[in-house]
Amino acid sequence: MMVTEAMLLAFLLAVIANAMPLLLAALGEMVSEQAGVLNVGVEGVLLLGGFAAFATTHVTGSFWLGFLAGAVAGVVLQGSLVVLSVWLGANQIVVGLGVLLAGNGISSMLYERFFAATRPRLGAAPAWLPAWLTELPILGPVVFAQHGMLLLGVLLTVVIGWFLWRSAPGLRVRVAGQHPATLDAVGGSVTRTRAAATLFGGVMAGVGGAYLALLVAGTFTPGMTHGLGFLTIATAMLAGGRTRALVLIALGYGVLVATGTALQFTAISVPSEVIAMAPFVVALLVIGLHRRSGSGLPPALATSYTRGAR
Amino acid sequence: MTAVCDVRARRARLHLGSAAQHVLRVAVPLVLTALLGGAMLALFGANPMHFYAEVLRLGLVGQGWQRSLTVAAPLLLVALGLIIAFRAGLWNLGYHGSYVLAAAVVAGVAPVLMATLPFMLAVAVLTLIALTLGAAVSLVPAWLKVTSGAPEVVTSLMMSFIAVGVANLLIKGPLQDPATSVPQTRVLGLELMLPFLPGTQVHAGVVPAFVLVLLAQLILTRSAFGTRIDMLGASPRAAVHAGVRVSRLVPAVMLISGALIGVAALVDMLGLWGYMRSDWNPGYGEKVLPFVFLARLSPLAAAPLICGYAVFLTGGTVAAQQAGLAIEVLDVYLVLLLVCMVLLEALGRRFPLGESYLPAAVGSLRFAFLRRHTLPEDR
Repeated sequence: MMVTEAMLLAFLLAVIANAMPLLLAALGEMVSEQAGVLNVGVEGVLLLGGFAAFATTHVTGSFWLGFLAGAVAGVVLQGSLVVLSVWLGANQIVVGLGVLLAGNGISSMLYERFFAATRPRLGAAPAWLPAWLTELPILGPVVFAQHGMLLLGVLLTVVIGWFLWRSAPGLRVRVAGQHPATLDAVGGSVTRTRAAATLFGGVMAGVGGAYLALLVAGTFTPGMTHGLGFLTIATAMLAGGRTRALVLIALGYGVLVATGTALQFTAISVPSEVIAMAPFVVALLVIGLHRRSGSGLPPALATSYTRGAR
Repeated sequence: MTAVCDVRARRARLHLGSAAQHVLRVAVPLVLTALLGGAMLALFGANPMHFYAEVLRLGLVGQGWQRSLTVAAPLLLVALGLIIAFRAGLWNLGYHGSYVLAAAVVAGVAPVLMATLPFMLAVAVLTLIALTLGAAVSLVPAWLKVTSGAPEVVTSLMMSFIAVGVANLLIKGPLQDPATSVPQTRVLGLELMLPFLPGTQVHAGVVPAFVLVLLAQLILTRSAFGTRIDMLGASPRAAVHAGVRVSRLVPAVMLISGALIGVAALVDMLGLWGYMRSDWNPGYGEKVLPFVFLARLSPLAAAPLICGYAVFLTGGTVAAQQAGLAIEVLDVYLVLLLVCMVLLEALGRRFPLGESYLPAAVGSLRFAFLRRHTLPEDR
């Protein structure tokens, strides 16, 4: 079979499209993990964010409003983790599982209630950059012709990398995860730092879900994430706070999914289950081969902080 | 001196009230959930009192209690699997994978095995299959935990996805019923399924579930193995210093946990369903989660709670339909219960409201301590 330029371009587009939701959500999860808050329920936040974005864009026609709705939904759902775990000190994994169930359940129920009969789809996002940019070879169609969220996401990745390692608030975030008592001792607020980091995680997971629904799938279907939330946690864990590693893993995931999709167009028939499973198999292999894969996680992860408690 | 007396008096008072506190700690969330849930039902235009009465009638009266018992069996087994892992401070969240994979293969090969082998031998072989497959799903997370310190919270969830994928592949491939185009396994004939207990419609699979509850209670509270598990949960570091071989105990606990969930699948397939569809998952893990913690990880305390929940499920499924409500209403009750428990847990830190739902084991969860390089003595 001939590999044409158009096919290569389509492959690149698929890589980027699949990598972006993971990158966005993992950025948020990474910041909250570094602050010591593990959200096991990212999957639920992705779904609720995706649904809110889909519903908003379907009604208003605006993709940016959709992203905003996704972020708000993410904040609201992840807010329960802040209230119950960061403020009230409840076990993060139990609450995280609650978030997972709630996000999954609410998004499915609302979809069944309002959209199940019509199953509407969204159109393509309008181009927003001048033609001379979108007509550049390769970069044009792959980056500039895409929705602005792509560039914003890349920008955010750079900013978060700088924030986490080069700024004072970023240092506070990492101390909250490494040794919260130290942050407390120097006058920082563990609760406030963790709450902010967790809410940021909610924003990013909501936006990630929105990206998936609005720009990758072009619609919402209940349970459409198929475990992307768990890959997000694994990605943030493997990256351990380093945004470069995060980008590499997200791109690797994109290549994997795009290859799986491409294979379905060829003579080789690969069951969809195998394609859905592949990222998990690869992730577990990477975790297994990476001898200290847990070492990127801060010691105080998933523990609640009580002043003076030992 | 007076200060000492004062402290003693207060301790005595707390001690006297501790039994009542335990009851409060369990009863308050349940009562609150019933009240909040009732308010929700009223909001949806249903009559809460009538709904609850129907739940009790349908779940207990007549054949109801027998159906409830059948529903309770797999729930109990999954709960046992979670309890043993949680007591060791290990978050085995691969319950979907263990259940679905074991269920698919058991349902797939049962029609052949049950028809050709003698009954007891066939059941023994199928039990072995269920135990092995259930355990296999938690093997990878356990292995990753001891070799690279990867948190099992994450790896068990990912392994679960792989296992569900494999199960679906099997059901659509080698295990599919050739007689139908629907992706499902062959149906096990009624006469080949587990027999009913004499005089009832309750299949024999309920018996091992309750026996295992007692056995688990004995082993966890009365044996050296159980003590080692509790030590590991309370403090991995202390366990290492006390001579517990963490790198062996972690896989052991994870494998037992997965195997118990595999048995739940076995009981369900041989006793209740007789076949398995692709993409089917009863979601037992999440359903028992609140009750596992409400029972403070005690198998004996979990049994009545889960039996009660089974009554609620059995009666509620029909009662919800009668009231014109979506079946998801029953899941909302679980979320309400979890929220009530979390709130009571927060209050319990200020006021004497009995002991935490999370025994020292899970309360002090620190998977960082289980990293390879922090446990030199263990190697």
